[in-house]
Amino acid sequence: MNGSSGISNPPSRTLISAVNLSKLYPVSEGWFRRDRSFIHAVDGVSFDLARGETLGLVGESGCGKTTTGRMLVRLTEPTDGQVLFNNESGDLEDIAHLKGAPLKNFRRRAQMVFQDPYESMNPRRTIFDTVAEPLHVQKIGDHSERFERVSETLSMVGLTPPSSFLFRFPHELSGGQRQRAAIARALVMNPSFVVADEPTSMLDISIRTGIMQLMGELADQLGISYLYITHDLAVARYMCSRIAVMYLGKIVEMGETEEVLRNPVHPYTKALLSAVPVPDPGADREPVTIKGSVSVPVDPLPRCRFYDRCPIADDFCRDNDHPPLEDKGAGRLAACHKA
Amino acid sequence: MTSDPVLVVEDLTMHYATRAGPVRAVDGVSFSVERGQSLGLVGESGCGKSSIAMTLLKLLPDNARLVSGSITLNGVDVVPLSENQMREHRWDRISMVFQAAMNSLDPVYRVGDQIIEALEAHSASAPRDAMERVRELFDLVSLDPSYIRRYPHEYSGGMRQRAIIAMALACEPDIIVADEPTTALDVIVQDHILREMQAIQRALNMSMIYISHDMAVIAEVCDVVGVMYAGKLVEFGPTAEVYARPIHPYTKALMSAFPSVRGEKHDLATLPGEPPDLLDPPSGCAFHPRCAYATDECRTSIPPTAKHGDQWATCWNPVADVDSE
Amino acid sequence: MSTVNTQHAAPTGLWRARLRLASQSLRESWQLFARTRIGIIGLTIIGLYALLALAHPILMNTVWEPRTYDPVVGYAFDETQQPAPPSLKHLLGTDPLGRDILSQLMFSARSEFLLGLLAATVTVVIGTAVGAIAAYFGGWVDTLLMRLADIMIMMPAISVLIVLSALIGVEHFELALIIGILSGFGATGVVLKSQALSVVVKPYIDAARAAGGGHFHIILIHIVPNLLPLSFLYMMFTVTSAIFSEAVLSFLGLLDVRMSWGLMIHTTESAGYLLQVTDFWWLIFPASLSITLLCSAFYLVGRSLDEVVNPRLRSR
Ligand SMILES: Nc1ncnc2c1ncn2[C@@H]1O[C@H](COP(=O)(O)OP(=O)(O)O)[C@@H](O)[C@H]1O
Ligand SMILES: Nc1ncnc2c1ncn2[C@@H]1O[C@H](COP(=O)(O)OP(=O)(O)O)[C@@H](O)[C@H]1O
Ligand SMILES: [Mg+2]
Ligand SMILES: [Mg+2]
Repeated sequence: MNGSSGISNPPSRTLISAVNLSKLYPVSEGWFRRDRSFIHAVDGVSFDLARGETLGLVGESGCGKTTTGRMLVRLTEPTDGQVLFNNESGDLEDIAHLKGAPLKNFRRRAQMVFQDPYESMNPRRTIFDTVAEPLHVQKIGDHSERFERVSETLSMVGLTPPSSFLFRFPHELSGGQRQRAAIARALVMNPSFVVADEPTSMLDISIRTGIMQLMGELADQLGISYLYITHDLAVARYMCSRIAVMYLGKIVEMGETEEVLRNPVHPYTKALLSAVPVPDPGADREPVTIKGSVSVPVDPLPRCRFYDRCPIADDFCRDNDHPPLEDKGAGRLAACHKA
Repeated sequence: MTSDPVLVVEDLTMHYATRAGPVRAVDGVSFSVERGQSLGLVGESGCGKSSIAMTLLKLLPDNARLVSGSITLNGVDVVPLSENQMREHRWDRISMVFQAAMNSLDPVYRVGDQIIEALEAHSASAPRDAMERVRELFDLVSLDPSYIRRYPHEYSGGMRQRAIIAMALACEPDIIVADEPTTALDVIVQDHILREMQAIQRALNMSMIYISHDMAVIAEVCDVVGVMYAGKLVEFGPTAEVYARPIHPYTKALMSAFPSVRGEKHDLATLPGEPPDLLDPPSGCAFHPRCAYATDECRTSIPPTAKHGDQWATCWNPVADVDSE
Repeated sequence: MSTVNTQHAAPTGLWRARLRLASQSLRESWQLFARTRIGIIGLTIIGLYALLALAHPILMNTVWEPRTYDPVVGYAFDETQQPAPPSLKHLLGTDPLGRDILSQLMFSARSEFLLGLLAATVTVVIGTAVGAIAAYFGGWVDTLLMRLADIMIMMPAISVLIVLSALIGVEHFELALIIGILSGFGATGVVLKSQALSVVVKPYIDAARAAGGGHFHIILIHIVPNLLPLSFLYMMFTVTSAIFSEAVLSFLGLLDVRMSWGLMIHTTESAGYLLQVTDFWWLIFPASLSITLLCSAFYLVGRSLDEVVNPRLRSR
């Protein structure tokens, strides 16, 4: 895997790259207020994703993972920055502010799998309707071709025989089957990039491993790149070759998964890692040293975002701007004054 | 250790009546919890864990039928008690932290007032003492006392869960039933709350039943663990022993299906299929359709109990050595 | 699988599945509905009036001689004095102009139904569109539609109708349109918008957008179908308000209608019999009771549909 660097993949191998991506949400849209505040949901995030690579985005909830993912598939329009997508002709195209037909065309190549399998399908539509929807709105194929394509995709995601699933409704499927159908919907147009937003976090453990394995196999077979969003480091370990750890809109650490897990550099990564419970009654885990919980980054002060919870922060961290994401050796990027 | 059971459950069976027939959510479950001990109940969702918790507190929906069994709380069988009599035991002797606890605070009242109300309903303490007690409780669960007079929406998810725990502790119950109290929380907050619950439990010498689908959480919190499948306890024993050498193939499969962040990266084993529909559970051992070790006996007859020391499991083909009976 | 096979399998399979869902949810809704006694009472009353409405043309063509029984221009030559009290030939007597009251009552029932259904349909079509569009687009579209709704809600419907009927001739059809527009852009639109708001945040809306679905596709395929149950419920309430408004306006003599329950009371009033209820009860009770009964019937059906549509109201 090309893990030696975060933002310098050779252009030909790069599928999608986020450049200084930001999303601000106004806090209150008052009619008469001039001094508006903003939630800095994502604040200057940059990374590259190579073809066929799976990048994990981890962090507690509220850190901006979903917002980042949604910007990459343009469900959310970035406030600032670029999303460069390597299109079929091999050119890098900024899709951050696409509209109309070019945007619709981009949607054939970038798809998303959502967290909640119970809410991600219209309860009034059959599995066929749901999975065929992208083909339908993109006017791909006639009815019988769509039917063939949907059947193929359903068997690919393990819903076999497809004929026994095509005409069922979401409530007639189990959670795991629904998530498979949702994956089928994302793959039915043969996209090259898929954002998977916590696709297994609401599933039972026995079903979770099945879905994780399926997604891994599909990536290998079809050469898909995933941005795999998860709050569970263990899941990231099994799914991703590289991970990026987010905290309050910033990437604070990025590198090869095994490396990061073995030797975390940023105090936030360390805390996340040591908080994961161990399935061994005898084990004594290092205590987690950070306090409190994720806040909402409304007009954050010009200091390290992690300052309030950091066990090793000092006055330098308080008085200086948020540290840049720098190479800390061996291809590891981290944003910390102290590391 | 002398035996001082706070809770003894014997042959508990609870069904939900539905139009399609009875859902056998709790099916002949027996166990006991010693004073100061914490028992974990683990299993996939739909195995009846929450149903057991609700039965113990007798907080059951209208279609639930307590078919048989006894629940002996401090020597009193609570099964025949009326709702009024049961209310005296709830909070005072047994209390609960629900699965969806985050939403169980009333949004229109200050959190402190809600706890005071619970306190006053159960003891004749003066308002001033009650306020003092709320301060103690907030201290116990590491909540800032300034939050006593705030409303639930001003709390974060983790703080709300702490407030709920404070409320459950208000009347110093002998036993607390916690149903997935940290499932909706982030790991770091989960870690804080798990540690606090353990510390409190030890400090007050309280017993606890901790329900989770996460084997790792149970490993950290519980002295004893019960593994549930299809409404039944299929394995039971001291946590260290069960984790070191599970007897039941289900326990083993559950353990190896969990990805781990530490140690060697082993391949994930998949546990095929899904838990059965409790309207019509499989014959014999309910786990047989998913079990790699299933034989004809498993399909037709109820499995015997296989023992090893304090650990037991109901299985025809145990995956670890067991003592012959 | 052969192509020939799939070409046919797909549409039939789809339609069979859709029918199955429809019949299944109808069956479940009916079971819930049937459990609420008020709904059944309402439905029975509506059924009785529907029978009356349907029976009228049949009676007119068979046993009722038009010159005597026509609800508008008939005259009961067989009675010596008008209004005549109930008799075997005129079961509910005649009005001050010598017309058969039962015939008037039955004839009017039909126009009440047509009025109610038209008003309800207009309301729901407009309300669903307003709700879906305001919720989906948000922003200034939402603001505009909601300010419009505020105006519609603040205007008392009856006074608007009085003014309008003084300015232009208002018949049943116009009345239905006006009521439909007032309620569709007003209260019904607001209620359906709040329902639509809970639909637009669903991930399947995002999934449709990510697929490349346009606004029209998303509104029509994903939002509107999920508003239909609530729309149907609001149809019932609109019927009630339409029938009631019609009665008030006719009573005040402001509508250009040939016959209606309100007009029957108006006739009674202008002939000076309104305050002699005990002596001329048949002039007042049949019409006023019908207004009350049919209005309440649709209201009761609406209330019980509310329990079907809003699960949180379900009693167990
Ligand atoms: N549509 C929105 N409007 C306002 N704030 C939002 C919106 N979406 C997300 N946020 C805020 O942005 C931050 C990041 O959210 P999100 O991307 O959902 O994080 P994550 O997926 O890591 O949990 C949170 O503080 C959240 O409250
Ligand atoms: N009120 C109810 N009526 C009918 N069935 C129910 C009811 N509540 C739960 N069940 C069923 O009982 C079984 C056990 O549920 P539960 O105790 O919630 O399991 P767990 O907590 O282990 O996930 C499930 O199959 C569930 O569908
Ligand atoms: Mg998220
Ligand atoms: Mg449960």
